[in-house]
Amino acid sequence: MHDALISLARSAVVVAVLMTMMPYMTLFERRVLAAMQVRCGPNRTGWQGLLQPLADGLKLFFKEDLLPRNADRMLYRLAPAIALFAALAGAAVIPFGPTITVGGASVPLVVADLDVGLLYLLGVSSLGIYALVLGGWASGSKYSLIGSLRAAAQVVSYELILGLALVAVVLVAGSTRLGDIVQAQSQGVWNVLLQPVAFVLYLLAACAETNRAPFDLPEAETELVAGYHTEYSGMRFAMFFIAEYVNMVVVSAVAATLFFGGWLGPFWPGPWWLLLKIMVFMFLFVWLRATLPRLRYDQLMRLSWGSLLPIGLLNLAVTAVIVVATSR
Amino acid sequence: MFADLKALAKGFWTTLRHMGRPVTTVRYPEQKRPGSANFKGRHRLYRYDNGLERCIGCHLCAAACPSQAIYVGAEENDPKAPVSFGERYARHFEINMLRCIFCGFCEEACPVEAIRLGPEYELADYHRHSLVYTKEMLLDPEQHAPKRQYHADVDRPRGPLGGLPDQETGVSGAPPGHRDTDTGARPPLKQVL
Repeated sequence: MHDALISLARSAVVVAVLMTMMPYMTLFERRVLAAMQVRCGPNRTGWQGLLQPLADGLKLFFKEDLLPRNADRMLYRLAPAIALFAALAGAAVIPFGPTITVGGASVPLVVADLDVGLLYLLGVSSLGIYALVLGGWASGSKYSLIGSLRAAAQVVSYELILGLALVAVVLVAGSTRLGDIVQAQSQGVWNVLLQPVAFVLYLLAACAETNRAPFDLPEAETELVAGYHTEYSGMRFAMFFIAEYVNMVVVSAVAATLFFGGWLGPFWPGPWWLLLKIMVFMFLFVWLRATLPRLRYDQLMRLSWGSLLPIGLLNLAVTAVIVVATSR
Repeated sequence: MFADLKALAKGFWTTLRHMGRPVTTVRYPEQKRPGSANFKGRHRLYRYDNGLERCIGCHLCAAACPSQAIYVGAEENDPKAPVSFGERYARHFEINMLRCIFCGFCEEACPVEAIRLGPEYELADYHRHSLVYTKEMLLDPEQHAPKRQYHADVDRPRGPLGGLPDQETGVSGAPPGHRDTDTGARPPLKQVL
């Protein structure tokens, strides 16, 4: 009973933090993007635009929920739920602090301390793709369908790269449990120094996984209206939108955990360090979006299968040899 | 390969550098750019220095108006208490701002420089009837124009104008082309062309 309550509390805290961060990430993105384009960005609603996410949320909440005539009703309604679920579920295995003691009970600061944490992450991120594919298919519109087809092809390609980058980290850390990977970096040597190639691969794959610019082909607004979520409106659209931003936060948190020592850091408590590292990655995502134009479809595929996959395999092989050689 | 990376780094540096620049956005309602001296905004009717109205009710502006936005109702002046300098004056003078296209033809048609377009451009309002301007509103917008449509920081009368015409010749007091010397106003169209 006691354990269940503690688990519930941890889940609630993580979900609350993510859902609070998400709207402010949209504001952060818009303001940073504006600054890079020498504009103001939203700064009217509240002090420095701080109430803008609230206004956007309210607007979406009161919008009509449209169902296209050609839509597959059940799948159409299911897809946004899958997107949001998968995005939030990914955050479950990310450790945000050391094990603490509350009222005599030791509480690890992670929602679910799985032995196969990384595998779980890969699985959940694949699940999120179903939302894009099903949503695009069920809309019964050509733009949505093209968007979801692109999503399927893109994610299949980049999941491979993601896997290769993660396996290299697993080889170095000797565990797939994220808590162990963080502890392996506690000597002060972050994995990014041991695995710089894997880090770059992860960053590119993460961008593609979250469908962020310059890999935002599934929603490519200049070609496909809005890609897989063209037909969605109101809160169903908002769920896709929230899922995208939560995904960004989760992907940033994973990058921080695997390559930058997670919650480890001097002076401050763990969660603050993780938050700081997440923010650095969020800035990086926005910076990417402000700088690079969208890749063409064939460029995207060539980058994945032609460059990143061989580099990833080579990196993995070299890492494996070194790990085996040094462990004897 | 290295050329590509260099290009990539250059791109990232460019966007990062621009973050430090002051924004180019004009924060409009608080910050207003100075308009051109030629700007054609809301009309004003003018008086001579002695208080007589310049408009003589000749209907030339109404005839010149391509969108038929001007209505002039002229009447004979009472010789004992004249309203304007000539024989007649405009008893009614209305401009429908919803029809006006701000072309300035009325201004060019006017023989006595009674009507001129001014710098005021913030004319939005909620009711149609508040956008039909009466003579009082055009003569004295500071007092009679609807609150939402008058902005002291924008709307300034444009001068100077010619003085009273000579009693015998009927020629205006100021030399023709006086608007050239006036920095705040537009030269006559003939000189521009």
